[in-house]
Amino acid sequence: MKRLSGFYLLAIAVAALPFIFPDNYFVTVVGVSAGLHAILAVSLNLLMGYAGQISLGHAAFFGMGAYTSAILTTRYGWNPWPTILVGAAFTGVVAYLVARPILKLKGHYLAMATLGLGIIVHIVIVQMGWLTGGPDGLGSIPSLSIFGWEVDSDERWYIVIGTLLMLVVWLALNIIDSRSGRALRGLHGSEVAAEMMGIDTAATKTGVFVLAALIASVAGSIFAHQQAFVSPDSFSFFFSIELVTMVVLGGMASTYGAVLGAIILTFLPELLVVFEDYEVMIFGGILMGMMIFLPQGLFIGLQELLRKLTRPKKTPATPVAEKKESSHGAA
Amino acid sequence: MFDQILQFLLTGITVGSTYALVGLGFAIIYNASDVVNFSQGEFVMIGGMSAVALSAGDTGLPLWAAAIGAVLITMLVGMALQRFAIAPARGASVVTTIIITIGASIFLRGVALLVWGKDLFALPHFSGEEPIQIGNATILPQSLWVMGGAAALVMGAQYFFNHTTLGKAILACSCNKTAAHLVGINVGIMLLVAYGMSAALGAMAGILVAPITFSSYDTGVMLGLKGFSAAILGGMGNPMGAVAGGLLLGLIESLSAGLISSGYKDAIGFIILLLVLFFRPSGLFGKASVDRV
Amino acid sequence: MALLDVKDLTISFGGVTAIADLHFEVPESQVYAVIGPNGAGKTTLFNMLSGIYKPNEGSIRFQGKEIVGRRPHQVAKMGVSRTFQNLQMFFNMSVLDNVKVGCHLRTHSHLWSAALRLPNILKEERQSQAWAREALIFCGLEAYIDQPADALPYGVLKRVEIARALAAQPKLLLMDEPAAGLNDTETVEMRELIRRISKTGISVLLVEHNMGLVMQVSDRILVIDYGSRLAEGLPEEIQNNPKVIEAYLGGEVQYAV
Repeated sequence: MKRLSGFYLLAIAVAALPFIFPDNYFVTVVGVSAGLHAILAVSLNLLMGYAGQISLGHAAFFGMGAYTSAILTTRYGWNPWPTILVGAAFTGVVAYLVARPILKLKGHYLAMATLGLGIIVHIVIVQMGWLTGGPDGLGSIPSLSIFGWEVDSDERWYIVIGTLLMLVVWLALNIIDSRSGRALRGLHGSEVAAEMMGIDTAATKTGVFVLAALIASVAGSIFAHQQAFVSPDSFSFFFSIELVTMVVLGGMASTYGAVLGAIILTFLPELLVVFEDYEVMIFGGILMGMMIFLPQGLFIGLQELLRKLTRPKKTPATPVAEKKESSHGAA
Repeated sequence: MFDQILQFLLTGITVGSTYALVGLGFAIIYNASDVVNFSQGEFVMIGGMSAVALSAGDTGLPLWAAAIGAVLITMLVGMALQRFAIAPARGASVVTTIIITIGASIFLRGVALLVWGKDLFALPHFSGEEPIQIGNATILPQSLWVMGGAAALVMGAQYFFNHTTLGKAILACSCNKTAAHLVGINVGIMLLVAYGMSAALGAMAGILVAPITFSSYDTGVMLGLKGFSAAILGGMGNPMGAVAGGLLLGLIESLSAGLISSGYKDAIGFIILLLVLFFRPSGLFGKASVDRV
Repeated sequence: MALLDVKDLTISFGGVTAIADLHFEVPESQVYAVIGPNGAGKTTLFNMLSGIYKPNEGSIRFQGKEIVGRRPHQVAKMGVSRTFQNLQMFFNMSVLDNVKVGCHLRTHSHLWSAALRLPNILKEERQSQAWAREALIFCGLEAYIDQPADALPYGVLKRVEIARALAAQPKLLLMDEPAAGLNDTETVEMRELIRRISKTGISVLLVEHNMGLVMQVSDRILVIDYGSRLAEGLPEEIQNNPKVIEAYLGGEVQYAV
């Protein structure tokens, strides 16, 4: 199964890490948060990398899931599991309602509109203190329990989130290699040609927007139960930007790239802590540098490097007609 | 009630003037290079902060000299941004350039954090702090400085683009880079000038409001977003539209803060922005375009 | 009944009339060419026929059903496919995947069933694969099947676009300047391809500047100038029509084979 070979490799790596590094902070704590970020990045990548629709407001859907779970469990005493579903349903409906008008927009306008959406949701969370706890957030969110198996330790959360990540990666890989996946990539490549091939581009965009929002919402619910605490800071404009950066850093239109980008961007601040006051500056610098010199992303950049190293003599069989955007990536 | 509204209007125009300047800077860069510069707000922050730093203490410069110094520093930053971050990535996609400028914005914020720490700073008011009565509403003399300064800068920019060779050359680059190059315009230099100008406008906005709003290393973020909103509201391709958009946004925010809820004022601003995008995507003052196939 | 029946078609942009009161009929299983000087409104006409632009007036009936008011993907569903004057390739995909997109209307799976890779997906994938290969081979592109689209020469891409359109199994294929930018050998290949497409029973509506090609492949020709109908008829009639000769600057009709 060539199609899923990367998937199996990733699954083995995710499963093996806790055994190679038992009781390691970077695996069970940072790793768990990298896993959640990876889930979000993979979902955003479906929308952004494959369908070509930028969103600077993805954190909003993450937040909606998290707050639905937090509110229903702490204020109304619900069991955590149905809150995940209710959160997804609520987020899905909101996403569906805004998708049509928002996704008519393109480029910078779409960026601004999604950014605005994210900020509006954030402000509503901060302002509706009677429900959301306002800027202070909500605490004492119960943990999950799977048929009596309490998810109460970092290791167990690692298992839950690792499994969920692999599930989301599998879903994403399946979609890409299907009629719907080609429709997504097609409308990215040329919207008018996609329409002419019979693809209802408006419906396709709406579909992938809602799907990405649903995944983000579930990730949000899981996040709330795992942290046992939510506050608006986790769902701000900055987090949306971070998610976009993960997708682009790893390499747009590559599911594994999104995972890689999420892992790097989660670990980077941990590593930069040693630089103390320089942390913010170095982070910004790395971000700029990566985008300037590796605009097609790390995953594809590394792949190309590997290809060059392993097959140095082979030249392309056909003349290259058009200059590729990625051509200055080698600099 | 009327007095209250007058008060909201005065506040709105003051805030709106700042947004207008940031929006104008946004539009200049967008028109010259098709880049949405997410670090526009940092220019405002650097302008305000450097003016404070240059004028502070016993050995500090007089206010006017500090202001000039701060504008020059910010211009250098703006040109460096163009030269070292935007120019090398020419031809990159919209998303890539957005992330580069976001990276630049984080970088500049990091530098500011390093140099000035997390404290809030304020410039002294340019001419006294005694509020002026207008009917039953009041206005700070500094607000008049902000409005007057913004008006002068906007008119200056208008004159620059319509009546000077350099300004027209920049516009030519924005219309068609190849053609501009063919008639002997040095596109690279024009882009540097555009970024320098845009940074200068941001810096001046930062200096004008620094006495009222205070300045700290992270004030640029929200201002940058507001400038972007202003530019979109007015129509991205139209610098004067960005100015009108900025004023409008300031008024909307001030009125909704006063009449509805101060907590939701930013949300209301963005909701109106979304509505404009949904129903008039080319902005209030922009021209609609037809897709060519 | 004609396959395509265009009546009183008019469209204007900001006061400038691009197409005025145009009418013509395309019969079944023919190559029908639309020619005219640059700016005559040919691509605008195509954009109306494919649902991208909405005309101000007039009707476009395809197999008796109205096209005006439908969106492009709905027009495609009726059995109309097209290629573009400026390539509209999916440069982010391989040649095979480009053409598989063409099979969109012949397959039916949804985002949700695809996500779970339900059993019908595998079957559908194999089916699209076969259809796409068939279309690529028909267009003489078997050498390029697994190549990424952004690494191919222009002439090849022009044919990939045609293969993509054919994969949709259209009844009518709109071809917007298929020979533009091609060298002489490629033009000859294109001529043969158009003929082979026509032989399969697909009607072709062709916009083309290369008069040699137009005269060789067309069954009927419509000439438009400044958005209006100048002449219509068999190739020989058009060649000898004084109005047409005048429109083309005193009969300087260029022949290239």
